[in-house]
Amino acid sequence: MEPVATTFFFYFLSAAAIIGGIFVILRKNPVHSALALITTLLAVAGLYLMLYAPFVAGVQIILYAGGIMVLFLFVIMLVNLERNQKQEQFNKQWLVGLMAALALGGLFVFVYVKGNVLFPAQALQLPEGENTQQVAIVLYGDYMFAFEIASLLLLVAIIGAVVMAKKRI
Amino acid sequence: MLDYITSYLKSDLTPGAAGNLFWAFVYIMLVFAGLSVAVIAMNWLERKILAHMQVRLGPMRVGPHGLLQPIADALKLLLKEDIIPAEADKAIFWIAPFMVVITAFTVFIVVPFGPTHAVTDMNIGILFMLGVSSLGVLGIVMAGWASNSHYPLIGALRSSAQMVSYEIAMGLAVIAAVLMTSLHGIGIYGVGTGTDGTGTLSMIGIVQAQMAQETWFIFKFFPLGLIAFFIFAVAMVAETNRAPFDLPEAESELTAGFHTEYSGFRWSLFFLAEYSSMIAVSSIAVTLWLGGWLRPFPNYLAGDGWDGFFSIFPGFTFLGLAAIAMVGTRRMPKHPYFKIQTIGLGGFAAVLALIGVVLLVPVVRDRIQDIYWFSAKVAVLMYMYIWYRGTFPRYRFDQLMKVGWKVLLPMGIGVLVATAIVGVI
Repeated sequence: MEPVATTFFFYFLSAAAIIGGIFVILRKNPVHSALALITTLLAVAGLYLMLYAPFVAGVQIILYAGGIMVLFLFVIMLVNLERNQKQEQFNKQWLVGLMAALALGGLFVFVYVKGNVLFPAQALQLPEGENTQQVAIVLYGDYMFAFEIASLLLLVAIIGAVVMAKKRI
Repeated sequence: MLDYITSYLKSDLTPGAAGNLFWAFVYIMLVFAGLSVAVIAMNWLERKILAHMQVRLGPMRVGPHGLLQPIADALKLLLKEDIIPAEADKAIFWIAPFMVVITAFTVFIVVPFGPTHAVTDMNIGILFMLGVSSLGVLGIVMAGWASNSHYPLIGALRSSAQMVSYEIAMGLAVIAAVLMTSLHGIGIYGVGTGTDGTGTLSMIGIVQAQMAQETWFIFKFFPLGLIAFFIFAVAMVAETNRAPFDLPEAESELTAGFHTEYSGFRWSLFFLAEYSSMIAVSSIAVTLWLGGWLRPFPNYLAGDGWDGFFSIFPGFTFLGLAAIAMVGTRRMPKHPYFKIQTIGLGGFAAVLALIGVVLLVPVVRDRIQDIYWFSAKVAVLMYMYIWYRGTFPRYRFDQLMKVGWKVLLPMGIGVLVATAIVGVI
């Protein structure tokens, strides 16, 4: 089927992502920051959908917005916020921040100017209806070994967390 | 324009797949209206059934047999003052109920009420449903935190801990069912043709896989499918915060849990979201294990005769309901005070009978059949919800966590591994 109003949705989602990102660093209240981050993550999931990658979008929603951010909020809510807000903020490294922002801005300008040369003009068209199946074949077929190593790494991380959290096992 | 509208009716696609905006909009409106009616009906049925289980009468005053009670309640809620606590975080307090309602309703765009009766069919259907419904936790956490009060905060913490824990067991049960779609029926159903050995996450594809494998997944590899369904059935009650897992809103401990500070319209949004997410998880269970829209025995009792026999069920269901309402009308007290109520109930019976007759028209009954079987299966699961509430005592929080992590999670992993092994053999 033909996509509807692609330009509008692209700019809408991009704007949502950028504004959410700005709010993450501007708000003093960490709960507000976390909610702004969720907006950004959801907007990025929408952008993945526009790139015909529904599986990545679904995983983004489940893992980041639904899983990790809920745990973040969970922890933040237990922290005493009133004391936190009276504390002095330690975002005084404006020189480093300025340099990082300039470097990133330079990169953006470079990509914008040279973009036609760097990237293929026509994106690779994969059938949307088989996206999940393609990911599965690659993940569990061609890159099986790397995938299993990654899962082992996660297991080590889980055991490490349990060892650190429990005083007596 | 008219051509655009009628051309869809000839295609065998969902409105989303056909790219037809008009029909997509119509389907969204139909699903929305149907859900609202279902929530209203559920509200009345829950009170009535619970009351009868406890040998009470339940609502009897507003309308015959309390039929108008949900409408009276809705009016009361809309007219109530909307209180926002002074110390609350206003913006988040505002957004939270909408967040919960939007996530609870959005999942329905992939629910397949029939092979063509879904708003759209996504390649990631079941993943989308689980993901978006997991966003509902965020709304609950936001509501509990923004109220800036003790009971809501504790309720929200309990609720999010519970939902995050049971999501894992639920996911494992779902994976076991998705794994079954990849077995035996490769390439027969439309999705994933040519890609050998891959299953499908699409909700329509899952039901078509059950059709192709000639069995509901609950009976597949007996008892593996049944165990997976059992895990899901327990986890879905915990996910929706219903009895016996209703700790987040345990009245005796937390007044009303995360929505203690909410009142009026915003409280009713939480109510709406709770019931529609109950319907949503029931639809997942029906799609994955109970054959979705398939009528009983589509393979063994095939043929025009059996098709005709099963297609008159929807009409006769409504005629039966009309008959019950008619008996109720006859048994109303013969006092002038009850005259309007008697006429109203008689009119209700007439409307039900009319719907029943319309559903018996051949053109209608062929198109409506799938929706009927799907809704009937969902209705059975919804009745189970009420039944649990009427019979099981509430768990303690440590018991709840124990059931989630030490019973359901190992069981889920075991079922998944066993399904994979049996499937390969």
